Amino acid sequence: MSKYFLRRVLISIPALLGISLVLFTVLAMAPGDPFEELATNPNVPAEVRLNLRTQFGLDDPLPVRYVRWVTAMLKGDWGFSFTSRVDVSTLIMQRLPTTLFVLGTAQLLGLLVALPIGIYSAVRPYSIFDQIATTFAFIGFSLPTFFTGLLFILFFSIYLDWLPFIYRADLAATGWRWVWEMARQAIMPIAVLGLFQGAAMTRFVRSAVLEVVRLDYVNTARSKGLSEKVTILKHVVRNALIPVVTLVALQIPGVFTGAVITEQIFRVPGIGSLLITAILSNDTPVVMSITFVFSALVVLFNLIADLVYGWLDPRISYR
Amino acid sequence: MDEHKLRDLIAEVKAGRLSRRGFVQMMVGLGLTAPLAAQMLASAGVAQAQSKLMYKATKRGGGGALKVLWWQGSTLLNPHFAVGTKDQDGSRIFYEPLASWDPDGNLVPILAAEIPSVQNGGVAKDGKSVTWKLKKGVQWHDGKPFTADDVVFNWEYAADPATAATTSGTYKDCKAQKIDSHTVKVTFDKPTPFWADPFVGVRGMIIPKHLFEAFKGGKSREAPGNLKPMGTGPYRFVEFKPGDVVKGELNPGYHMANRPFFDTIEMKGGGDAISAARAVIQTGEFDYAWNMQVEDDILRRMEQGGKGRVDIVAGGNIEHIQLNNTDPWTEVDGERSSIKTKHPFLTDPAVRQALNLLVDRAAVQEQIYGRTGIATANFLNAPPRFVSKNTKWELNIDKANQILEGAGWKKGTDGIRAKDGKKLKLVYQTSINAPRQKNQQIVKQAAAKAGIDMELKSVTASVYFSSDVANPDTYTHFYTDIQMYTTTMTQPDPEQFMRQFLTEEVASKENKWQGRNITRWKSEEYDKLYRAAESELDPVKRAALFIRMNELVIQNVVVIPVVFRPRVSAVGNAMRVEQSGWDSDFWNLPNWYREA
Repeated sequence: MSKYFLRRVLISIPALLGISLVLFTVLAMAPGDPFEELATNPNVPAEVRLNLRTQFGLDDPLPVRYVRWVTAMLKGDWGFSFTSRVDVSTLIMQRLPTTLFVLGTAQLLGLLVALPIGIYSAVRPYSIFDQIATTFAFIGFSLPTFFTGLLFILFFSIYLDWLPFIYRADLAATGWRWVWEMARQAIMPIAVLGLFQGAAMTRFVRSAVLEVVRLDYVNTARSKGLSEKVTILKHVVRNALIPVVTLVALQIPGVFTGAVITEQIFRVPGIGSLLITAILSNDTPVVMSITFVFSALVVLFNLIADLVYGWLDPRISYR
Repeated sequence: MDEHKLRDLIAEVKAGRLSRRGFVQMMVGLGLTAPLAAQMLASAGVAQAQSKLMYKATKRGGGGALKVLWWQGSTLLNPHFAVGTKDQDGSRIFYEPLASWDPDGNLVPILAAEIPSVQNGGVAKDGKSVTWKLKKGVQWHDGKPFTADDVVFNWEYAADPATAATTSGTYKDCKAQKIDSHTVKVTFDKPTPFWADPFVGVRGMIIPKHLFEAFKGGKSREAPGNLKPMGTGPYRFVEFKPGDVVKGELNPGYHMANRPFFDTIEMKGGGDAISAARAVIQTGEFDYAWNMQVEDDILRRMEQGGKGRVDIVAGGNIEHIQLNNTDPWTEVDGERSSIKTKHPFLTDPAVRQALNLLVDRAAVQEQIYGRTGIATANFLNAPPRFVSKNTKWELNIDKANQILEGAGWKKGTDGIRAKDGKKLKLVYQTSINAPRQKNQQIVKQAAAKAGIDMELKSVTASVYFSSDVANPDTYTHFYTDIQMYTTTMTQPDPEQFMRQFLTEEVASKENKWQGRNITRWKSEEYDKLYRAAESELDPVKRAALFIRMNELVIQNVVVIPVVFRPRVSAVGNAMRVEQSGWDSDFWNLPNWYREA
């Protein structure tokens, strides 16, 4: 297994390099200029822009810039944002806790919703509960988050006036008051994201359990006289959840990008909104770093998923 | 209106037969800005109006938290590196200029002890220098005194090309010199009528010498102070997260008595304009939101029974249609719309006049912009209450038909007019944005009734407004017959603004389409007037020149002004703020307060 692991890690290095090269080239060739606003502002002399371009090394040929970027990245230097001159790593670290908190809780909420509902639906397929759960799951994942987000805002913030819809990373309050305020402002983005995730996952859990529940060994367990509860929890769910675990692992990087819109709606200062503003202002180093981190996460979680899969189901062998 | 008539009017004001406001109103109607009109009165010896301060609170602090929303977050807090309003406004919380522009275009002293004028000897008679007296006893947030050295340093800092300051245009052609600890003399290379550019308004904020001295020139962007501002303003720096939040707390040593009212300030960035309006007007979560680019219908609906209102103040931004003078469909030396070509039919004055009669500004205002875009006949505009009736526009399809018919443009079997085998078919481009596409429809329908066929084109804003040399769809390339966008007026003086009709500014391949004359209109008369205005010291003569320039542009239908777009912000009902169209949203921040 360690040999397999090593080989997979070695393969991912050229993969990541390839990804970075493609990203870099695409970004360099995309229309737009980080100092565009300066160019259209009549009060700023053209020299200022040219001066900044040289200062930030934008006029060097593409290969030179790429090599410089890669070597700096290897040394742990992520470069700095053209618009604020802040190190990209600082920018990301400022926003990571918020992203992790909101996304992590949302993912957890999704699981908490999906597991019981999915399992119960599968155990009693086509029952009334299953019909209702399936309908809601379909509605849930066919409604985009920007729509449900707006709906939540209109209902809870404007109509009922219960919750604030602007997320603030640094609340002035302390102690319990802070917890309360934090919960109030986080509840809507977490619910929107979590329910969206949960809806999709419910369907997945249901079909995974459904596949296992009809197998012979389950019938054997039942005929041995085990209670229904024990049969389902110990014999069905354990086996059914193997693909679910992989799915969750693979979804994690996707969640970062999927939250971009939700972050924008609730003004959650997370990585997603940082990426959007960076793209809009052509702030290449920030866009480059975030997209690269995303792709590295995809590669990493793919690897983890593969390893976990084999560990959960030893019939899958590594060669 | 010529110089003599202007002088007569000023005499009327002096004699008290014409109100100050009435005069400014008239000048604005003729195409001048309020600040220029105010300057004209000042130099003629009419006392400057005292800005009325609306501040009512009786002690410093105690106002709680002030929460404001900017839907674009500040990215850095050094006013000399500000790229756009979001950075200027973020910096303005902490930094202050020597003087600011009030809504009527008067200068208000901030760090200056008084406003220089010819009468008090501050402005030199030859227009080559201005002397500023600084307010005494002003302290930086760390307790160090604010002196003339700081002011002079700001000039050195911004004028140094290696610093690459976005304000360098303001400072590179002047020289600042210390007279004594609280007096600074600014000298210009040539007579400069608009002396109130350096150290005034958004480009005039002063940073402390003792913190930035080591970071002049090439190392300018490394300064820790770029992210941790320390100024003289009403609030002290607490925290800054680029693109997200700027926080400040009351400055106990602020140089204006009993100010500021609020204990803390939080400027949150990001999101979009509609939800920002919602957070202020509908739910009252925030106290103030900047730049409500939202259809007026939506704003009105929010205002009903809401917790806030919309505050509108006019500046100089104008949504206008440009008519191409060159041929966008023929390539010459690898460039379309080349200055060497002539547009096949837009060079015919009859066609231009007809087009001018076909743009229904009233419909555009009523159906699209409401209070946020006011129909206008002028290229230069100012507050709505100032707009005079001296200039006119009309929608007249019959008249347009008559003009075209008279000029020999005959309708063909397809209903499209033609002359000498050239058909009146044109391409109308603008950026993708709901109000603009609606406008295109309105214009296209009217044009069809006059036998002009319009093909509509829309370009993504990020491409249309980019400076990308390789992309033919940017507005500066102007590779279509007519196009529309808003041009912003960033300074209260019209000199920079009116450059966009100069022959030397023609956008072309040669200058990488950086030239600002995008219509490629060439007029010797205009150029001459502009040159004269540049160094004309007598504000009255100078104003007459600008009025004439505006008339030339309008008479020749170089552009068709559609609506001017005032600044629109959202304000909580209890909040008391005063906006100016000529300065930052925060120009009057120390005086903001909340009614109990």
